[in-house]
Amino acid sequence: MANIFKTIFTSNKKLNIDQQIMKKTVVSFFFFFVFAGAAFWGWKWLRKQPMEPGSEKNRTSAVLRKVLNTNEDIFKGLLSKNNLAKEYPRSKAANPARVNGYLGLKTKLDSNWAMNVIKANGDTLKIKLDDIKKLPKIEFAFNFKCIEGWSQVTHWGGVKFSDFVKAYGLGTESAMNYLGLATPDKQYYVGIDMPSALHPQTILCYELNGMTLPMDQGYPLRLIIPVKYGVKSLKRIGYMYFDNKRTPDYWADVRGYDYYTGL
Amino acid sequence: MKKEIIKKHPLAIRWFHWVNFPVLGIMIWSGLLIYWANDVYRIGFGDTTLIKFFPKSFYDTFKINGRLSEGMAYHFLFMWLFFLNGIAYVLYTIFSGEWRDLVPIKGSFKRSWQVLLHDLHIRKTAPPITGKYNDAQRIAYTAIIVMGIGSILTGLAIYKPVQLEWLCWIFGGYKMARIIHFILTIGYVLFFLVHIAQVIRAGWNNFRAMITGFEVKKIKEETVAEEPKK
Repeated sequence: MANIFKTIFTSNKKLNIDQQIMKKTVVSFFFFFVFAGAAFWGWKWLRKQPMEPGSEKNRTSAVLRKVLNTNEDIFKGLLSKNNLAKEYPRSKAANPARVNGYLGLKTKLDSNWAMNVIKANGDTLKIKLDDIKKLPKIEFAFNFKCIEGWSQVTHWGGVKFSDFVKAYGLGTESAMNYLGLATPDKQYYVGIDMPSALHPQTILCYELNGMTLPMDQGYPLRLIIPVKYGVKSLKRIGYMYFDNKRTPDYWADVRGYDYYTGL
Repeated sequence: MKKEIIKKHPLAIRWFHWVNFPVLGIMIWSGLLIYWANDVYRIGFGDTTLIKFFPKSFYDTFKINGRLSEGMAYHFLFMWLFFLNGIAYVLYTIFSGEWRDLVPIKGSFKRSWQVLLHDLHIRKTAPPITGKYNDAQRIAYTAIIVMGIGSILTGLAIYKPVQLEWLCWIFGGYKMARIIHFILTIGYVLFFLVHIAQVIRAGWNNFRAMITGFEVKKIKEETVAEEPKK
């Protein structure tokens, strides 16, 4: 065997056809295995990256997080106020609508509930449901999409978030980069980029199928944001806050999901 | 017996082929991690299910359970490699003229049946081949590109269904786009199985060509002897 290699790689004589075939084959396979090895090593490297800290079920590494954030930068340019989620006839809406999570709803709702809006200057506005209901109401049915992959046409009613910030003089706040929402017990919280929050179909929602929101759908007030997966449509809003940095997000920070999850 | 080295696959084609293999594998694997979270597809009628996608044993064997976020992260990284490699391949075949060997030609569909019957040992003779590939290969290699384009477009439709609502609409809506995306994946797996079987059947000389680029052609001595002597 060693003799053949010596002949095909060091001989000055013209190689016969079998030697030529052997030489070309050996060289090609050598490079093939070098590249295959490099690819395999790259894959192992990617799989070995340490997971993000502070999360028991987070399987996303810093490298993958960078990729998700880069994808956000590439695709957020698609987001437009003119691109509305398709609206369906209300008769097509599911009743009852699917309930898919109880995070942040496990504590008893305070009978004195009010939404705490934390302003940029540190003041807190306490806003009751009746105050919200005084603002112009919109209703629509759209195909609600869960990050798990299912979707369902559902019919919601409430106040446009963009109308809400205008009515409550939150101009400084809505000029910031991120909106944050949390349940009263702070067990569930989401962060949303402001352009998505100000999208004309993003509503502070208090009705489902024309009726008061059921408890398991986030009574008294929840978010409905059709330009995001359902994970961002937080139920039972307790706190609202604003920041120029990313606001905390349960599924991104603790469970390794993409922060943006824009549709 | 005289041997001759014949160039078969250009380096670019071999490169695209072997990049695509692991990348598509990772896309299918990460796609399964995503699909698991809402695994509603089945083949059946009424309440009778013939095939469920997928049984619990499948998930357990391949450790698919509860890895949605991981699946999404990998899917949305390797989608770029799949896309860029696919685009490069298509552009290369167009500009190099390789496409002429890869698209169906007049009579391809008829002859591809004859190829199939021949490969299944039902028919004795194989139909004539024009160019590098037989007619069944022409159809398969064109179909796989159409499928790739379909995967990218349905993938984009379910990735940004609100901003690209028109794309969802083309595929019959959000749910249908997800179904097509899934069916295409099953299609790749079936393609892969046939592809592997054919590679094994065709033998070493054919397989080596996808790595080295050349095939060895054997020429009978008589034909050589007919050449005029110097």
